[in-house]
Amino acid sequence: MNIRRGAGGTRGAGGEDRLDTFQIYISLLINGLSLGCIYGLIALGFVLIYKATEMVNFAQGDVMMVGAFIAFGLISGLGLNFWLGFLLTVLIMIVFGFLLDVVVIRRLIGQPQFSIVMATIGMGYVMRFVMPYAYNVEQIAFLTPFTGGAVYMGDITLDSGKLAAMGGTIVLCIGLYLFFQRTRIGVAMQASSQNQLASYYMGIPVALIFSMIWGISAGVAGITGVMLMPIANVMDPSIGFIAIKAFAGAVVGGFGSIPGAILGGIIIGMVEQFSDYVLPAGFKDIAVYSVLLAVMVFRPEGIFSQMGRKKV
Amino acid sequence: MRFVFKTRYEQDLRLWRHFGDLKGYGLIAIVLVLFPAFADPYYVGEANMWLIYAIAGLGLMIAIGFTGMVSLGHSAFLGIGAYAHAYFMQIGVPFLISLPLGALLAGAMGVALGRPTLRMHGLYLAIATLAFALITQEVMSKWSSVTGGFDGLPVAAPKFLSIQPNEIYGGEWFAVGGWHVGWSELWNPSSLYFMCLAVLAFSALLAKNLLRSPTGRAFVAIRDSEISAQSMGINLAQYKTTAFGISAFITGLAGGLFAHQITHLAPDAFNIFISIELLLICVVGGIGTIQGAVLGAAFLVVLRSFIPIARDGITAGIGDVEMLSGIVRFVNAPGLEAGLFGLLLVLFIIFEPFGIYGRFLKIKTYFDLFPLYKKATFARQKSYVKTERLR
Repeated sequence: MNIRRGAGGTRGAGGEDRLDTFQIYISLLINGLSLGCIYGLIALGFVLIYKATEMVNFAQGDVMMVGAFIAFGLISGLGLNFWLGFLLTVLIMIVFGFLLDVVVIRRLIGQPQFSIVMATIGMGYVMRFVMPYAYNVEQIAFLTPFTGGAVYMGDITLDSGKLAAMGGTIVLCIGLYLFFQRTRIGVAMQASSQNQLASYYMGIPVALIFSMIWGISAGVAGITGVMLMPIANVMDPSIGFIAIKAFAGAVVGGFGSIPGAILGGIIIGMVEQFSDYVLPAGFKDIAVYSVLLAVMVFRPEGIFSQMGRKKV
Repeated sequence: MRFVFKTRYEQDLRLWRHFGDLKGYGLIAIVLVLFPAFADPYYVGEANMWLIYAIAGLGLMIAIGFTGMVSLGHSAFLGIGAYAHAYFMQIGVPFLISLPLGALLAGAMGVALGRPTLRMHGLYLAIATLAFALITQEVMSKWSSVTGGFDGLPVAAPKFLSIQPNEIYGGEWFAVGGWHVGWSELWNPSSLYFMCLAVLAFSALLAKNLLRSPTGRAFVAIRDSEISAQSMGINLAQYKTTAFGISAFITGLAGGLFAHQITHLAPDAFNIFISIELLLICVVGGIGTIQGAVLGAAFLVVLRSFIPIARDGITAGIGDVEMLSGIVRFVNAPGLEAGLFGLLLVLFIIFEPFGIYGRFLKIKTYFDLFPLYKKATFARQKSYVKTERLR
């Protein structure tokens, strides 16, 4: 994840140097893409919720952290097979997200928007305390089939964990697309996202649909948490803060657009990796947030514009 | 039940509604002014923290409570106020100029941040301020020539014109009959206390007067419905930016005082958690009320000083009992404070959305209307999510 300037090794003959630079840029590209996919998936999580319910889950990063901790408990703690543990994690997370909506968020429907923002921030802090307390650990790490693996393409070494993150993102996006286009529930979700009152009159149980959306979003977060594991190697509870970069990705992509969320996440991941290489140490976060603020100033509607004017 | 009978127009313009208000707040003011004379310096220090948080919370309240803009970046404005004030003091600007100057800088940053982002949906502001807070913290740790980087910035004690029975070093003008007159570092918890009290009174009066003015009413209209406000001829971007600037200014004032309270500034003192604490103040105290900021700050400071005491007490009291070791582990768990604050935030939003001050009003109304009080008077209207989108 961290390639510093000059990490390429020998700086001798011109040809070798160029190859080094080429390899560095390729690995920066791969790092940026894989990290960007993670950001994109987190962004996808709250864009799903935003599109459907017009709420923003500021705890999405922490929900992802919860997913990673649950996977850690199942895979490393109980010693389950990775794929079984992965599946169970996603199921548990879907239930978790569903309950989050039923217990907390549903009570806040109709309240001003800031109360939901603050409630989700509060929930994030609670999760960040509860998970390490429940496991009694400060950091987690578990083995995945992709940990430490590598794919060789000529001179270039690709980390299989990063490839898995990219592949997983593509599969997940296709799956979600099919779900929203082809299934009854998916279409009902689209309907209630377009007009809640009208879809309620059509007999769609809107409250239940909202809870399902929260469940799906938490499930996506759980998948993200597991996919982040081979990239991050070690996670601590504050990993949830990377959601701020995912927010940046969502804003760059145009808040409320699903392809925009993924693309924006990838852009942010790229900016982070390349600015880490080009700029002095410690400036990558500043670069990312500056991109966010710059997008807000110059193209506030993002790449895929979704935000319209407010209604009364 | 008190019925205010208005016979003159002046009664509509007054700060207080009736004489009872004046008596109540006057009594509180007298108690607050006399407090340091009777209290232990430790408690005066805690009271300083309370007043500073109350000022900062009041600043955030103008954004959240009155204009409906969520800011997660008020820790940055607190930090800018604190660093700017400390820097100006260092280069020799007198206290009474440096404090508002630092706050103005914070306010200017608020306007600069608000101007582009406030045109957009409210969520953008929350995200932008979050990013701004993180950038500010990075800048504080990187811009060593001004902020001192990770080593931090020591805050000089301000010099005031003072009359003291003992000799004044450096700044003495003359001595008459055993009393020494001159510029001295008259600085202890009590003097900071009075400074904080004065700034709090100023900020509260500012907020109160703002709310009585057309500008303040425009803020509240924007909070209740942006489109309706706009169709009444309110320039949204301008009023929202104004509100955000004033909010950042007041929080910047609190920052300057905060610098003196902690005496040594470090970037870590202004992390995101401070923003969450300020949010907690607004929510717990009561959204949309000036009194709420003060009550919420009191709640926060009491809770913050109570947690370590309870932790030590529990650890010492039952540390040896095997069966209760779970409780000891719980109270000593890292991040307990943050988790507790988060939980309180959620619980207050769900069960007491008008906060402590709202509860106070409910109790007051209960006794005012004694046998006739109905719960439904304060019941929240629940409805479907009102859409804010066109497509």
